[in-house]
Amino acid sequence: MARVTFKIWRGDKQAGEFKEYNTEVSEGMVVLDAVHQIQAESANDLACRWNCKAGKCGSCSAEINGMPRLMCMTRLNDMNLDEPVSIEPMRAFPVMKDLVTDVSWNYRVKKKIKPFKPRLPDNDDGSWNMQQQDVERVQEFRKCIECFLCQDVCHVLRDHHKHDEFIGPRYFVYNAALEMHPLDEEDRLADLKKSQGIGYCNITKCCTKVCPENITITDNAIIPLKERVVDEFYDPLTKLFRIFKPRK
Amino acid sequence: MSEDLSSLKRRPWGMTLRQDTWWIVPLVVFLVLTSFVVYATWAAFQNEHYVHRNYLSPFYSPLLFTGGDMGISGDGHQHGLFGDKPGWWLLPFFSPALLILPFPAGFRMTCYYYRGAYYKAFWADPSACAVGEPRNNYLGENSLPLILQNIHRYFLYFAILFLFILAYDAFSAFFFDNDGDGKFTNFGVGVGTLVLCMNVFLLTGYTFGCHSLRHLVGGWMDIFSSTPAKTKCYDCVSCLNRQHMVWAWCSLLWVAFSDVYVRLCSMGIWTDVYFTFT
Repeated sequence: MARVTFKIWRGDKQAGEFKEYNTEVSEGMVVLDAVHQIQAESANDLACRWNCKAGKCGSCSAEINGMPRLMCMTRLNDMNLDEPVSIEPMRAFPVMKDLVTDVSWNYRVKKKIKPFKPRLPDNDDGSWNMQQQDVERVQEFRKCIECFLCQDVCHVLRDHHKHDEFIGPRYFVYNAALEMHPLDEEDRLADLKKSQGIGYCNITKCCTKVCPENITITDNAIIPLKERVVDEFYDPLTKLFRIFKPRK
Repeated sequence: MSEDLSSLKRRPWGMTLRQDTWWIVPLVVFLVLTSFVVYATWAAFQNEHYVHRNYLSPFYSPLLFTGGDMGISGDGHQHGLFGDKPGWWLLPFFSPALLILPFPAGFRMTCYYYRGAYYKAFWADPSACAVGEPRNNYLGENSLPLILQNIHRYFLYFAILFLFILAYDAFSAFFFDNDGDGKFTNFGVGVGTLVLCMNVFLLTGYTFGCHSLRHLVGGWMDIFSSTPAKTKCYDCVSCLNRQHMVWAWCSLLWVAFSDVYVRLCSMGIWTDVYFTFT
Protein backbone atom coordinates (compact mmCIF):
# COMPACT_ATOMS: atom_id res chain seq x y z
CA MET A 1 0.00 0.00 0.00
CA ALA A 2 1.24 3.46 -0.88
CA ARG A 3 -0.18 6.92 -1.29
CA VAL A 4 0.13 8.17 -4.82
CA THR A 5 -0.56 11.59 -6.32
CA PHE A 6 -2.68 11.80 -9.44
CA LYS A 7 -2.94 14.93 -11.57
CA ILE A 8 -6.31 14.71 -13.25
CA TRP A 9 -7.54 17.18 -15.85
CA ARG A 10 -10.78 18.78 -14.69
CA GLY A 11 -12.84 21.07 -16.85
CA ASP A 12 -15.12 21.28 -19.84
CA LYS A 13 -15.16 22.56 -23.42
CA GLN A 14 -14.39 26.12 -22.34
CA ALA A 15 -11.58 25.70 -19.84
CA GLY A 16 -9.91 23.33 -17.49
CA GLU A 17 -6.80 22.53 -15.49
CA PHE A 18 -4.98 19.72 -13.74
CA LYS A 19 -6.01 19.08 -10.13
CA GLU A 20 -4.06 16.94 -7.73
CA TYR A 21 -5.58 14.06 -5.82
CA ASN A 22 -3.97 11.75 -3.36
CA THR A 23 -5.13 8.20 -2.84
CA GLU A 24 -4.00 4.88 -1.50
CA VAL A 25 -3.10 2.31 -4.10
CA SER A 26 -2.52 -1.39 -3.69
CA GLU A 27 -1.01 -4.18 -5.73
CA GLY A 28 -2.91 -5.13 -8.87
CA MET A 29 -4.72 -1.80 -9.23
CA VAL A 30 -5.11 -0.21 -12.63
CA VAL A 31 -5.49 3.50 -13.33
CA LEU A 32 -9.26 3.16 -13.67
CA ASP A 33 -9.43 1.69 -10.15
CA ALA A 34 -7.56 4.69 -8.83
CA VAL A 35 -9.86 7.09 -10.67
CA HIS A 36 -12.89 5.34 -9.21
CA GLN A 37 -11.35 5.52 -5.76
CA ILE A 38 -10.72 9.24 -6.18
CA GLN A 39 -14.33 9.65 -7.34
CA ALA A 40 -15.51 7.90 -4.21
CA GLU A 41 -13.18 9.68 -1.80
CA SER A 42 -12.70 13.23 -2.97
CA ALA A 43 -14.18 14.06 -6.36
CA ASN A 44 -17.74 12.80 -6.65
CA ASP A 45 -18.33 14.96 -9.72
CA LEU A 46 -15.32 13.65 -11.68
CA ALA A 47 -16.59 12.51 -15.09
CA CYS A 48 -15.06 9.37 -16.55
CA ARG A 49 -16.41 6.98 -19.17
CA TRP A 50 -15.96 3.27 -18.56
CA ASN A 51 -17.76 0.03 -19.02
CA CYS A 52 -16.13 -3.42 -19.14
CA LYS A 53 -12.91 -2.95 -17.14
CA ALA A 54 -11.43 -5.68 -19.35
CA GLY A 55 -9.99 -3.79 -22.30
CA LYS A 56 -12.75 -4.85 -24.63
CA CYS A 57 -15.27 -2.00 -24.72
CA GLY A 58 -12.88 0.81 -25.57
CA SER A 59 -14.67 3.31 -23.32
CA CYS A 60 -12.00 4.38 -20.84
CA SER A 61 -9.53 5.87 -23.31
CA ALA A 62 -7.45 8.68 -21.87
CA GLU A 63 -3.91 10.00 -21.84
CA ILE A 64 -1.91 8.60 -18.97
CA ASN A 65 1.45 10.23 -18.41
CA GLY A 66 1.12 11.73 -21.86
CA MET A 67 0.43 8.52 -23.79
CA PRO A 68 -3.01 7.48 -25.05
CA ARG A 69 -4.01 4.32 -23.19
CA LEU A 70 -6.97 2.46 -21.79
CA MET A 71 -7.27 3.29 -18.10
CA CYS A 72 -8.51 -0.21 -17.32
CA MET A 73 -5.46 -1.84 -18.91
CA THR A 74 -2.78 0.38 -17.39
CA ARG A 75 -1.41 -1.20 -14.28
CA LEU A 76 -0.09 1.12 -11.61
CA ASN A 77 2.80 -1.18 -10.71
CA ASP A 78 4.18 -0.68 -14.22
CA MET A 79 4.50 3.06 -13.59
CA ASN A 80 6.82 5.29 -11.64
CA LEU A 81 4.65 6.17 -8.69
CA ASP A 82 7.22 8.46 -7.08
CA GLU A 83 6.12 11.10 -9.59
CA PRO A 84 2.48 12.24 -9.89
CA VAL A 85 0.55 10.23 -12.47
CA SER A 86 -1.12 12.54 -14.98
CA ILE A 87 -4.47 11.66 -16.52
CA GLU A 88 -6.08 13.83 -19.18
CA PRO A 89 -8.78 13.35 -21.80
CA MET A 90 -7.97 12.45 -25.41
CA ARG A 91 -6.63 15.57 -27.09
CA ALA A 92 -7.91 14.87 -30.59
CA PHE A 93 -11.57 15.25 -29.63
CA PRO A 94 -13.66 17.90 -27.87
CA VAL A 95 -13.87 17.59 -24.12
CA MET A 96 -17.36 17.15 -22.71
CA LYS A 97 -16.36 17.07 -19.07
CA ASP A 98 -13.16 16.07 -17.28
CA LEU A 99 -11.96 12.80 -18.84
CA VAL A 100 -14.93 12.36 -21.15
CA THR A 101 -14.59 13.41 -24.77
CA ASP A 102 -17.12 13.64 -27.57
CA VAL A 103 -16.04 11.00 -30.07
CA SER A 104 -19.13 11.28 -32.28
CA TRP A 105 -17.01 12.62 -35.15
CA ASN A 106 -15.75 9.07 -35.59
CA TYR A 107 -19.23 7.70 -36.14
CA ARG A 108 -19.98 10.41 -38.69
CA VAL A 109 -16.81 9.46 -40.55
CA LYS A 110 -17.74 5.78 -40.51
CA LYS A 111 -21.08 6.50 -42.15
CA LYS A 112 -19.30 8.06 -45.12
CA ILE A 113 -17.26 4.95 -45.93
CA LYS A 114 -18.73 2.83 -48.71
CA PRO A 115 -20.28 -0.26 -47.08
CA PHE A 116 -19.58 -3.90 -47.77
CA LYS A 117 -20.74 -4.91 -51.24
CA PRO A 118 -20.44 -8.68 -51.70
CA ARG A 119 -20.23 -10.33 -55.08
CA LEU A 120 -23.15 -12.44 -56.27
CA PRO A 121 -23.59 -15.62 -54.18
CA ASP A 122 -21.60 -18.65 -55.26
CA ASN A 123 -24.35 -21.11 -54.49
CA ASP A 124 -28.06 -21.43 -55.24
CA ASP A 125 -28.96 -21.07 -51.57
CA GLY A 126 -27.46 -17.57 -51.53
CA SER A 127 -24.25 -18.53 -49.72
CA TRP A 128 -20.63 -17.96 -50.63
CA ASN A 129 -17.59 -20.19 -50.56
CA MET A 130 -14.61 -18.78 -48.68
CA GLN A 131 -11.33 -20.22 -47.52
CA GLN A 132 -9.96 -19.40 -44.08
CA GLN A 133 -6.72 -18.39 -45.78
CA ASP A 134 -8.59 -15.63 -47.63
CA VAL A 135 -10.14 -14.03 -44.57
CA GLU A 136 -7.19 -14.37 -42.21
CA ARG A 137 -5.76 -11.01 -43.16
CA VAL A 138 -8.96 -9.09 -42.48
CA GLN A 139 -9.65 -10.93 -39.24
CA GLU A 140 -6.86 -8.96 -37.60
CA PHE A 141 -8.75 -5.76 -38.37
CA ARG A 142 -11.93 -7.11 -36.83
CA LYS A 143 -10.24 -7.08 -33.42
CA CYS A 144 -10.65 -3.30 -33.26
CA ILE A 145 -12.64 -2.21 -30.19
CA GLU A 146 -13.03 1.39 -31.38
CA CYS A 147 -11.28 2.91 -28.39
CA PHE A 148 -10.00 5.65 -30.73
CA LEU A 149 -6.58 5.75 -29.10
CA CYS A 150 -5.07 5.50 -32.60
CA GLN A 151 -7.12 8.48 -33.70
CA ASP A 152 -6.00 10.36 -30.61
CA VAL A 153 -2.28 9.75 -31.04
CA CYS A 154 -2.29 10.48 -34.78
CA HIS A 155 -0.66 13.89 -35.14
CA VAL A 156 -2.70 14.67 -38.26
CA LEU A 157 -5.79 14.84 -36.06
CA ARG A 158 -4.22 15.63 -32.71
CA ASP A 159 -1.94 18.50 -33.73
CA HIS A 160 -3.08 19.50 -37.21
CA HIS A 161 -6.83 19.05 -36.72
CA LYS A 162 -7.45 17.76 -40.23
CA HIS A 163 -10.72 16.18 -39.15
CA ASP A 164 -12.54 17.15 -42.33
CA GLU A 165 -9.83 15.92 -44.72
CA PHE A 166 -8.45 12.87 -42.96
CA ILE A 167 -10.33 9.92 -41.50
CA GLY A 168 -7.58 8.64 -39.21
CA PRO A 169 -6.02 5.21 -38.59
CA ARG A 170 -9.18 3.60 -37.20
CA TYR A 171 -10.99 4.16 -40.45
CA PHE A 172 -8.09 3.07 -42.59
CA VAL A 173 -8.29 -0.19 -40.68
CA TYR A 174 -12.03 -0.28 -41.34
CA ASN A 175 -11.44 0.46 -45.02
CA ALA A 176 -8.76 -2.24 -45.18
CA ALA A 177 -11.13 -4.79 -43.65
CA LEU A 178 -13.62 -4.05 -46.42
CA GLU A 179 -11.18 -3.51 -49.28
CA MET A 180 -9.27 -6.73 -48.63
CA HIS A 181 -12.34 -8.85 -47.99
CA PRO A 182 -12.49 -11.71 -50.49
CA LEU A 183 -16.17 -11.15 -51.23
CA ASP A 184 -16.20 -7.38 -51.45
CA GLU A 185 -16.43 -5.75 -54.86
CA GLU A 186 -16.64 -2.09 -53.93
CA ASP A 187 -13.87 0.30 -54.97
CA ARG A 188 -12.87 2.72 -52.23
CA LEU A 189 -9.50 3.80 -53.57
CA ALA A 190 -10.62 7.12 -55.02
CA ASP A 191 -12.24 8.04 -51.70
CA LEU A 192 -9.12 6.99 -49.80
CA LYS A 193 -6.98 9.27 -51.91
CA LYS A 194 -9.29 12.25 -52.17
CA SER A 195 -11.83 12.71 -49.41
CA GLN A 196 -10.25 10.43 -46.79
CA GLY A 197 -6.73 11.80 -47.07
CA ILE A 198 -4.57 8.70 -46.86
CA GLY A 199 -1.73 10.81 -48.24
CA TYR A 200 -1.63 12.75 -44.98
CA CYS A 201 -0.37 9.67 -43.14
CA ASN A 202 3.39 9.96 -42.79
CA ILE A 203 3.87 6.53 -41.25
CA THR A 204 4.87 7.50 -37.73
CA LYS A 205 3.48 4.15 -36.54
CA CYS A 206 2.17 5.80 -33.38
CA CYS A 207 -1.25 4.27 -34.05
CA THR A 208 0.29 0.80 -34.03
CA LYS A 209 2.15 1.56 -30.80
CA VAL A 210 -0.94 2.55 -28.83
CA CYS A 211 -3.39 -0.06 -30.14
CA PRO A 212 -4.54 -2.12 -27.13
CA GLU A 213 -5.51 -4.96 -29.47
CA ASN A 214 -2.03 -5.01 -31.02
CA ILE A 215 -3.36 -4.53 -34.54
CA THR A 216 -0.45 -3.82 -36.85
CA ILE A 217 -2.29 -0.80 -38.18
CA THR A 218 0.47 0.83 -40.20
CA ASP A 219 2.11 -2.20 -41.79
CA ASN A 220 -0.97 -4.32 -42.39
CA ALA A 221 -3.67 -1.75 -43.09
CA ILE A 222 -2.41 1.72 -43.97
CA ILE A 223 0.66 0.88 -46.07
CA PRO A 224 -1.16 -1.82 -48.10
CA LEU A 225 -3.93 0.71 -48.77
CA LYS A 226 -1.33 3.31 -49.75
CA GLU A 227 0.13 0.76 -52.16
CA ARG A 228 -3.30 0.13 -53.68
CA VAL A 229 -3.72 3.87 -54.12
CA VAL A 230 -0.31 3.94 -55.82
CA ASP A 231 -1.49 1.16 -58.18
CA GLU A 232 -4.53 3.16 -59.10
CA PHE A 233 -3.21 6.71 -59.28
CA TYR A 234 0.58 6.90 -59.38
CA ASP A 235 1.94 3.86 -61.15
CA PRO A 236 1.17 3.71 -64.86
CA LEU A 237 2.97 0.39 -65.33
CA THR A 238 0.98 -1.48 -62.72
CA LYS A 239 -2.23 0.08 -63.93
CA LEU A 240 -1.48 -1.16 -67.41
CA PHE A 241 -0.63 -4.61 -66.08
CA ARG A 242 -3.87 -4.78 -64.06
CA ILE A 243 -5.95 -4.09 -67.17
CA PHE A 244 -4.96 -7.55 -68.31
CA LYS A 245 -5.01 -9.08 -64.84
CA PRO A 246 -7.85 -7.80 -62.63
CA ARG A 247 -7.49 -7.62 -58.86
CA LYS A 248 -10.19 -10.02 -57.69
CA MET B 1 -10.24 25.33 -43.59
CA SER B 2 -10.05 22.25 -41.43
CA GLU B 3 -12.64 21.58 -38.80
CA ASP B 4 -11.13 22.05 -35.35
CA LEU B 5 -12.63 19.40 -33.15
CA SER B 6 -10.24 19.37 -30.27
CA SER B 7 -10.76 21.73 -27.41
CA LEU B 8 -7.46 21.29 -25.57
CA LYS B 9 -4.73 23.65 -26.71
CA ARG B 10 -2.04 21.97 -28.79
CA ARG B 11 1.29 21.63 -27.10
CA PRO B 12 4.34 23.50 -28.40
CA TRP B 13 7.31 21.70 -29.91
CA GLY B 14 8.84 19.08 -27.67
CA MET B 15 6.23 19.49 -24.95
CA THR B 16 4.60 16.35 -23.63
CA LEU B 17 3.51 14.76 -20.40
CA ARG B 18 5.40 11.60 -21.32
CA GLN B 19 7.84 10.61 -18.61
CA ASP B 20 9.89 8.17 -20.62
CA THR B 21 13.01 9.07 -22.61
CA TRP B 22 11.07 9.53 -25.85
CA TRP B 23 13.79 11.72 -27.36
CA ILE B 24 16.46 8.99 -27.46
CA VAL B 25 15.17 7.14 -30.55
CA PRO B 26 14.82 10.23 -32.79
CA LEU B 27 18.20 11.46 -31.58
CA VAL B 28 19.91 8.16 -32.39
CA VAL B 29 18.18 8.03 -35.79
CA PHE B 30 19.31 11.60 -36.48
CA LEU B 31 22.92 10.87 -35.51
CA VAL B 32 23.21 7.55 -37.36
CA LEU B 33 21.55 8.76 -40.56
CA THR B 34 23.52 12.00 -40.57
CA SER B 35 26.77 10.12 -40.02
CA PHE B 36 25.93 7.72 -42.81
CA VAL B 37 25.03 10.48 -45.27
CA VAL B 38 28.19 12.43 -44.43
CA TYR B 39 30.41 9.35 -44.77
CA ALA B 40 28.71 8.10 -47.96
CA THR B 41 29.00 11.54 -49.58
CA TRP B 42 32.66 11.80 -48.61
CA ALA B 43 33.34 8.27 -49.88
CA ALA B 44 31.48 8.91 -53.13
CA PHE B 45 33.64 11.94 -53.89
CA GLN B 46 36.92 10.16 -53.13
CA ASN B 47 36.95 8.26 -56.42
CA GLU B 48 39.79 6.04 -55.21
CA HIS B 49 40.49 3.13 -52.88
CA TYR B 50 37.27 1.39 -53.76
CA VAL B 51 38.89 -1.77 -55.08
CA HIS B 52 41.19 -4.06 -53.18
CA ARG B 53 42.32 -7.12 -55.17
CA ASN B 54 39.07 -9.01 -55.81
CA TYR B 55 37.00 -6.87 -53.47
CA LEU B 56 34.87 -4.02 -54.75
CA SER B 57 33.22 -1.48 -52.47
CA PRO B 58 29.40 -1.62 -52.73
CA PHE B 59 29.39 2.18 -53.08
CA TYR B 60 31.16 1.80 -56.43
CA SER B 61 29.37 -1.29 -57.66
CA PRO B 62 28.85 -2.01 -60.47
CA LEU B 63 32.35 -1.10 -61.56
CA LEU B 64 31.65 1.29 -64.40
CA PHE B 65 35.15 1.79 -65.78
CA THR B 66 38.58 0.37 -65.39
CA GLY B 67 41.66 2.37 -66.15
CA GLY B 68 45.22 2.95 -65.04
CA ASP B 69 44.52 6.26 -63.37
CA MET B 70 41.91 4.62 -61.21
CA GLY B 71 44.40 2.12 -59.89
CA ILE B 72 42.34 -0.77 -61.20
CA SER B 73 43.62 -3.47 -63.44
CA GLY B 74 41.46 -4.33 -66.38
CA ASP B 75 42.56 -7.95 -66.07
CA GLY B 76 41.05 -10.77 -64.12
CA HIS B 77 37.41 -10.74 -63.22
CA GLN B 78 37.22 -7.06 -62.34
CA HIS B 79 36.01 -5.90 -65.71
CA GLY B 80 34.44 -2.49 -65.82
CA LEU B 81 30.90 -2.45 -67.09
CA PHE B 82 31.92 -0.09 -69.86
CA GLY B 83 35.53 -1.24 -70.21
CA ASP B 84 38.36 1.22 -69.83
CA LYS B 85 37.54 4.80 -68.99
CA PRO B 86 36.80 6.38 -72.39
CA GLY B 87 38.81 9.24 -73.78
CA TRP B 88 35.70 11.40 -74.01
CA TRP B 89 35.15 11.16 -70.27
CA LEU B 90 35.35 14.87 -69.64
CA LEU B 91 34.95 14.85 -65.92
CA PRO B 92 38.19 13.48 -64.50
CA PHE B 93 37.09 14.09 -60.95
CA PHE B 94 33.58 12.84 -61.42
CA SER B 95 33.22 9.76 -59.29
CA PRO B 96 31.22 6.79 -60.63
CA ALA B 97 29.72 6.45 -57.17
CA LEU B 98 27.77 9.61 -57.88
CA LEU B 99 26.04 7.78 -60.71
CA ILE B 100 25.47 4.64 -58.65
CA LEU B 101 24.48 5.84 -55.19
CA PRO B 102 21.31 7.76 -56.14
CA PHE B 103 19.53 4.44 -56.76
CA PRO B 104 20.06 2.79 -53.36
CA ALA B 105 19.74 6.22 -51.73
CA GLY B 106 16.38 6.72 -53.46
CA PHE B 107 15.26 3.27 -52.33
CA ARG B 108 16.04 4.09 -48.71
CA MET B 109 14.73 7.65 -48.88
CA THR B 110 11.34 6.45 -50.09
CA CYS B 111 11.24 3.34 -47.88
CA TYR B 112 8.16 3.27 -45.67
CA TYR B 113 10.20 2.53 -42.57
CA TYR B 114 12.81 5.24 -43.12
CA ARG B 115 10.13 7.77 -44.01
CA GLY B 116 8.53 7.43 -40.60
CA ALA B 117 11.94 7.48 -38.93
CA TYR B 118 13.38 10.53 -40.63
CA TYR B 119 10.15 12.55 -40.51
CA LYS B 120 10.47 12.20 -36.77
CA ALA B 121 14.21 12.67 -36.43
CA PHE B 122 14.83 15.43 -38.98
CA TRP B 123 11.50 17.16 -39.38
CA ALA B 124 9.95 16.65 -35.94
CA ASP B 125 6.68 15.77 -37.60
CA PRO B 126 6.21 14.65 -34.82
CA SER B 127 9.46 14.13 -32.87
CA ALA B 128 7.80 11.20 -31.10
CA CYS B 129 4.28 9.97 -30.47
CA ALA B 130 2.14 12.42 -28.47
CA VAL B 131 4.88 15.07 -28.43
CA GLY B 132 4.19 18.63 -29.58
CA GLU B 133 5.26 19.71 -33.07
CA PRO B 134 7.05 22.86 -34.24
CA ARG B 135 4.79 23.76 -37.19
CA ASN B 136 1.11 24.51 -37.57
CA ASN B 137 0.81 23.73 -41.27
CA TYR B 138 0.97 20.18 -42.54
CA LEU B 139 0.73 18.76 -46.03
CA GLY B 140 1.81 15.19 -45.44
CA GLU B 141 2.52 13.10 -48.51
CA ASN B 142 -0.40 14.63 -50.34
CA SER B 143 1.47 17.21 -52.38
CA LEU B 144 4.91 17.96 -53.76
CA PRO B 145 7.60 17.15 -52.84
CA LEU B 146 6.54 14.27 -50.59
CA ILE B 147 3.99 12.93 -53.04
CA LEU B 148 7.05 11.63 -54.89
CA GLN B 149 7.45 9.03 -52.14
CA ASN B 150 4.90 7.06 -54.15
CA ILE B 151 7.57 6.06 -56.65
CA HIS B 152 9.16 3.79 -54.04
CA ARG B 153 8.41 0.65 -56.07
CA TYR B 154 10.45 1.95 -59.00
CA PHE B 155 13.46 2.31 -56.72
CA LEU B 156 12.68 -1.22 -55.54
CA TYR B 157 13.15 -2.53 -59.08
CA PHE B 158 16.61 -0.94 -59.18
CA ALA B 159 17.40 -2.24 -55.69
CA ILE B 160 16.67 -5.81 -56.82
CA LEU B 161 18.94 -5.29 -59.82
CA PHE B 162 21.67 -4.04 -57.48
CA LEU B 163 21.31 -7.18 -55.37
CA PHE B 164 22.32 -9.28 -58.37
CA ILE B 165 25.26 -6.99 -59.03
CA LEU B 166 26.41 -7.12 -55.41
CA ALA B 167 25.92 -10.89 -55.37
CA TYR B 168 28.24 -11.08 -58.37
CA ASP B 169 30.78 -8.96 -56.48
CA ALA B 170 30.51 -11.25 -53.47
CA PHE B 171 30.94 -14.27 -55.74
CA SER B 172 34.00 -12.65 -57.31
CA ALA B 173 35.40 -12.10 -53.82
CA PHE B 174 35.94 -15.88 -53.59
CA PHE B 175 38.54 -15.83 -56.38
CA PHE B 176 42.04 -14.66 -55.58
CA ASP B 177 45.15 -14.07 -57.60
CA ASN B 178 47.88 -16.14 -55.91
CA ASP B 179 50.39 -15.84 -58.73
CA GLY B 180 50.12 -12.11 -59.19
CA ASP B 181 49.49 -12.59 -62.88
CA GLY B 182 46.27 -10.61 -62.79
CA LYS B 183 44.13 -13.73 -63.17
CA PHE B 184 41.73 -14.22 -60.29
CA THR B 185 41.31 -17.99 -60.52
CA ASN B 186 42.29 -19.30 -57.08
CA PHE B 187 39.25 -20.19 -55.05
CA GLY B 188 39.44 -19.12 -51.45
CA VAL B 189 37.90 -17.16 -48.61
CA GLY B 190 39.06 -13.95 -47.03
CA VAL B 191 37.67 -11.68 -44.36
CA GLY B 192 36.66 -9.35 -47.19
CA THR B 193 34.74 -12.20 -48.82
CA LEU B 194 32.73 -12.67 -45.64
CA VAL B 195 32.19 -8.93 -45.33
CA LEU B 196 30.82 -8.69 -48.87
CA CYS B 197 28.69 -11.83 -48.49
CA MET B 198 27.19 -10.49 -45.29
CA ASN B 199 26.47 -7.25 -47.11
CA VAL B 200 24.48 -9.11 -49.77
CA PHE B 201 22.67 -11.16 -47.13
CA LEU B 202 21.58 -8.10 -45.15
CA LEU B 203 20.62 -6.10 -48.22
CA THR B 204 18.59 -9.07 -49.48
CA GLY B 205 16.75 -9.28 -46.17
CA TYR B 206 16.04 -5.57 -46.32
CA THR B 207 15.03 -5.45 -49.99
CA PHE B 208 12.88 -8.56 -49.92
CA GLY B 209 11.04 -7.33 -46.84
CA CYS B 210 10.01 -4.13 -48.60
CA HIS B 211 6.38 -3.07 -48.16
CA SER B 212 6.03 -2.37 -51.87
CA LEU B 213 7.34 -5.80 -52.76
CA ARG B 214 4.94 -7.32 -50.26
CA HIS B 215 2.14 -5.60 -52.12
CA LEU B 216 3.43 -6.48 -55.58
CA VAL B 217 3.96 -10.19 -54.92
CA GLY B 218 0.52 -10.77 -53.48
CA GLY B 219 -0.72 -8.02 -51.19
CA TRP B 220 -2.78 -6.57 -54.02
CA MET B 221 -4.89 -9.74 -54.15
CA ASP B 222 -7.99 -10.34 -52.06
CA ILE B 223 -8.16 -14.07 -52.68
CA PHE B 224 -5.05 -16.05 -51.80
CA SER B 225 -6.34 -19.61 -51.90
CA SER B 226 -6.44 -19.79 -55.69
CA THR B 227 -2.77 -18.85 -56.13
CA PRO B 228 -0.57 -20.89 -53.76
CA ALA B 229 2.74 -19.79 -55.32
CA LYS B 230 1.92 -16.09 -54.94
CA THR B 231 0.64 -16.73 -51.44
CA LYS B 232 3.92 -18.41 -50.51
CA CYS B 233 5.84 -15.41 -51.88
CA TYR B 234 3.55 -13.05 -49.96
CA ASP B 235 4.08 -15.02 -46.75
CA CYS B 236 7.86 -14.99 -47.21
CA VAL B 237 7.98 -11.25 -47.85
CA SER B 238 5.60 -10.66 -44.94
CA CYS B 239 7.92 -12.67 -42.71
CA LEU B 240 10.89 -10.46 -43.61
CA ASN B 241 8.69 -7.37 -43.48
CA ARG B 242 7.90 -7.92 -39.80
CA GLN B 243 11.54 -7.12 -38.99
CA HIS B 244 11.97 -4.53 -41.74
CA MET B 245 13.37 -1.97 -39.32
CA VAL B 246 16.07 -4.35 -38.10
CA TRP B 247 17.06 -5.29 -41.65
CA ALA B 248 17.06 -1.61 -42.61
CA TRP B 249 19.52 -0.59 -39.92
CA CYS B 250 21.77 -3.64 -40.12
CA SER B 251 22.07 -3.40 -43.89
CA LEU B 252 22.72 0.34 -43.76
CA LEU B 253 25.50 0.02 -41.23
CA TRP B 254 27.01 -3.02 -42.93
CA VAL B 255 27.11 -1.44 -46.37
CA ALA B 256 29.05 1.46 -44.86
CA PHE B 257 31.35 -0.97 -43.06
CA SER B 258 31.93 -2.88 -46.32
CA ASP B 259 33.13 0.31 -47.95
CA VAL B 260 35.32 1.10 -44.95
CA TYR B 261 36.81 -2.39 -45.07
CA VAL B 262 37.67 -2.28 -48.77
CA ARG B 263 38.92 1.29 -48.45
CA LEU B 264 41.23 0.61 -45.53
CA CYS B 265 42.57 -2.59 -47.12
CA SER B 266 43.15 -0.71 -50.35
CA MET B 267 44.98 2.03 -48.47
CA GLY B 268 47.14 -0.56 -46.74
CA ILE B 269 45.91 0.38 -43.29
CA TRP B 270 44.15 -2.94 -42.76
CA THR B 271 45.48 -6.25 -44.04
CA ASP B 272 42.97 -8.67 -45.44
CA VAL B 273 43.48 -12.23 -44.23
CA TYR B 274 42.57 -14.93 -46.71
CA PHE B 275 43.41 -18.47 -47.71
CA THR B 276 42.88 -20.29 -50.94
CA PHE B 277 41.99 -23.89 -51.69
CA THR B 278 43.47 -24.04 -55.18
